[in-house]
Amino acid sequence: MQYIKNLRQYGILIAFLAVCLTLSLISPQFLTLSNWLIIFTQVSINALLAFGVTFVIITGGIDLSIGSVVAVTGVAAALLARQDSYPVIIPILGGLFVGLLFGLLNGLIITKSKIAPFIVTLGVMTIGRGLALIISKGRPISNLSESFNFIGGGDILGIPFPIIILFVVFIICSIVLKKTIFGRYVYAVGGNQQAAWASGINVNQVKMAVYALCGLLSGLAGILLTSRITTGQPNAGMSFELDAIAAAVIGGSSTSGGVGSIQGTLFGVILIGVLNNGLDLLNVSSYYQQVVMGVIIIGAVLLDSWNQKIKD
Amino acid sequence: MMLARCNALSAFFEYMSQKRILEVQNLCKSFSGVKVLDHITFNLEEGEVHALMGENGAGKSTFMKILMGLLPADSGEIILDGEQIQHTNVHEMLKRGISMIHQEILMVPELTVAQNIFLGKEIHHFSWLNDAAIYKKTRELLKTLNVNIDANAKMKHLSIADKQMVEIAKAISNNAKIIIMDEPTSALSDKEVSTLFTIIKDLTSKGVAIIYISHKMDEIYQISDRITVLRDGQYIATKSAQELPIKDLISMMVGREIEDIFPKTEHSIGETIIRVSNLSQTGKFENINFEVKSGEVLGIAGLVGAGRTEVARAIAGLDEFEEGEIFINQEKVAVRSPKAAMKLGIGYVSEDRKALGFIPQLSIKQNITLSSLPSLSNSWFVSDTQEEALANQMKNNLKIKASSINQKLIYLSGGNQQKVVIAKVLSSSPQIIILDEPTRGIDIGAKFEIYKLINELKSKGLAVILISSELPEIFGVSDRILVLSKGKKTALLSRQEATQEKVMQYAIH
Repeated sequence: MQYIKNLRQYGILIAFLAVCLTLSLISPQFLTLSNWLIIFTQVSINALLAFGVTFVIITGGIDLSIGSVVAVTGVAAALLARQDSYPVIIPILGGLFVGLLFGLLNGLIITKSKIAPFIVTLGVMTIGRGLALIISKGRPISNLSESFNFIGGGDILGIPFPIIILFVVFIICSIVLKKTIFGRYVYAVGGNQQAAWASGINVNQVKMAVYALCGLLSGLAGILLTSRITTGQPNAGMSFELDAIAAAVIGGSSTSGGVGSIQGTLFGVILIGVLNNGLDLLNVSSYYQQVVMGVIIIGAVLLDSWNQKIKD
Repeated sequence: MMLARCNALSAFFEYMSQKRILEVQNLCKSFSGVKVLDHITFNLEEGEVHALMGENGAGKSTFMKILMGLLPADSGEIILDGEQIQHTNVHEMLKRGISMIHQEILMVPELTVAQNIFLGKEIHHFSWLNDAAIYKKTRELLKTLNVNIDANAKMKHLSIADKQMVEIAKAISNNAKIIIMDEPTSALSDKEVSTLFTIIKDLTSKGVAIIYISHKMDEIYQISDRITVLRDGQYIATKSAQELPIKDLISMMVGREIEDIFPKTEHSIGETIIRVSNLSQTGKFENINFEVKSGEVLGIAGLVGAGRTEVARAIAGLDEFEEGEIFINQEKVAVRSPKAAMKLGIGYVSEDRKALGFIPQLSIKQNITLSSLPSLSNSWFVSDTQEEALANQMKNNLKIKASSINQKLIYLSGGNQQKVVIAKVLSSSPQIIILDEPTRGIDIGAKFEIYKLINELKSKGLAVILISSELPEIFGVSDRILVLSKGKKTALLSRQEATQEKVMQYAIH
């Protein structure tokens, strides 16, 4: 009985391993180190966004603006990173600062106006996209400095730099969510906002902080993307928010709040990455890939709700 | 005259009770290996009120959920109207005539009374809703119940009592033969309770059987014909209410004798800790004055709507107030938020534990420490060892029944959830603790433990404010009794001078 329960609990993990096994049998390239480095590099941007949005989702909110924030921070960083302008730290700080501002804007409107996060971040998403087009005058910004391009394209001891960023951010986010007082408050606010408030938690402060964190991580993702493609693209990051939310949900976050984990989200990110990679290796058209991804999202949540029923 | 009528009634019941409409035998249910129901036997006769008694965790709710088709049984038989029921669901059971009035009201707040009553059985012609018909039928229905509720009113605008009446109307509109009532009076005033009882008598005279769940002993004896007791998932006995003295009933429920439910202790009362002066908020309360000393319990009595909870919420920083001052240890303080109130040492246990008390997805440990995390560690990090030590200590002190401190709150019974909420408030080391209906909907064993706890808090020198609608409780633990009526203070009595009659008089002042 216990065994079956565990099996169900890890159902999605088992499905994931089954996919890996199948792919490795069909395609000899799949299990090679270089392929996995490619997978992790490819998912690094989605991972940063998904970690940020996981915090937001656990408080019971949502952030649809992250894709646009990626674009606007990317463009801002690119403007500061053109050759012979500033040292590399300036575009990095600039990009992070712009991301943080957008996060604070989301948080401020949500906590002050009590408008639903879905609506607020939908509005900010459009604002962000517009601003990205305005400051870039609608054109890509290229000719970035060597040192800036290292962020997305360089490696240390053979490990691509984006993977290093991914794991550092992963560890920090996991610790913040699981080990700090703030992390506990994130769960409390999402679990029962009224009770959290009556327990002496400053609910608005917690909400401001999660949106700010999500904005900051979107900024980091924007920098990484700009550096990887060596161009600031005002049209970059389209529908990135959906991939990030999908990863969080596949990883067990509940959009009604109070439930989720960074580990789960990383797992969701990798699952999406592996599927994309595997289907690429098998020459499956990207049209079909989208259908598969949709099935996976719904399947993961379905599996989760079955688990809940068994637990109850 | 009255007696003759009673005799006539009971003779009538006896005549009616020849027909058994529900028979349950050997019903078993386990959750992840733990037996929640162990060979339960139960029967119900037409036209009777059958009280189902037991402490929290005795299995009453699970049993009712199985009867309603919300949960499947592991084994056993349910025979309804002579027909064995198998693999059922809620729709099926509703159709067969079992309805439930829930402890928490399950209605759509944005829909009207009539729309709620006819939810799922709308009257329509080829999918065109016939609103006129449902409003007409609802008005007739409410009229037969003798209640004054507007069929067009949105559910969210109704008082809790009226919502309950609508639930009953809905059950009747389903042609229910069996109505399960789970703590139906927990939010009702005395007058509303007597209206409910009149309705129940009317229903039973028409042959409807009622399964009545309540923790209020006086009600049980007032309304029920037979009493079945469950304890720890086991069937204990079924007795006629007249033949079962309250003392025996209690010992059947708890499995031991309770001599004195209100433990008496001697200790001295110290300095004034909190003083409330001229507290006013338009439409809620006016000119409220009182003080509570160290080691003292101030009971606040009054009818539902007298403004007791509103005063408590204002002092605890949950609501604002327009005028007045609060002094703690002679110093004037500002309570702008629950957080500020806690820093000043004011702890508040809300009457609505589900909405304001706990986080269902978090564990016992995480709930207990929620208000005291910063004081448990001197960094940004949660101190695991300190947290566990505190939670274990509280679990033992308050006798919270759970397999471990890592169990989530959703899986606990109401009484244990309440203990966790109290533990959380106590963990923030308050000097003043406000307990707002702390024993609402919890069983007699847990009640007894809460009374003992109040005495412990007194002896530790806390100032305790107890709001309760149960007068025996107010009399049992308070040193002084403040009576509110329509938002105003009408009396402040010492325990010696207070009598139930006096308090009631001032409450309806």
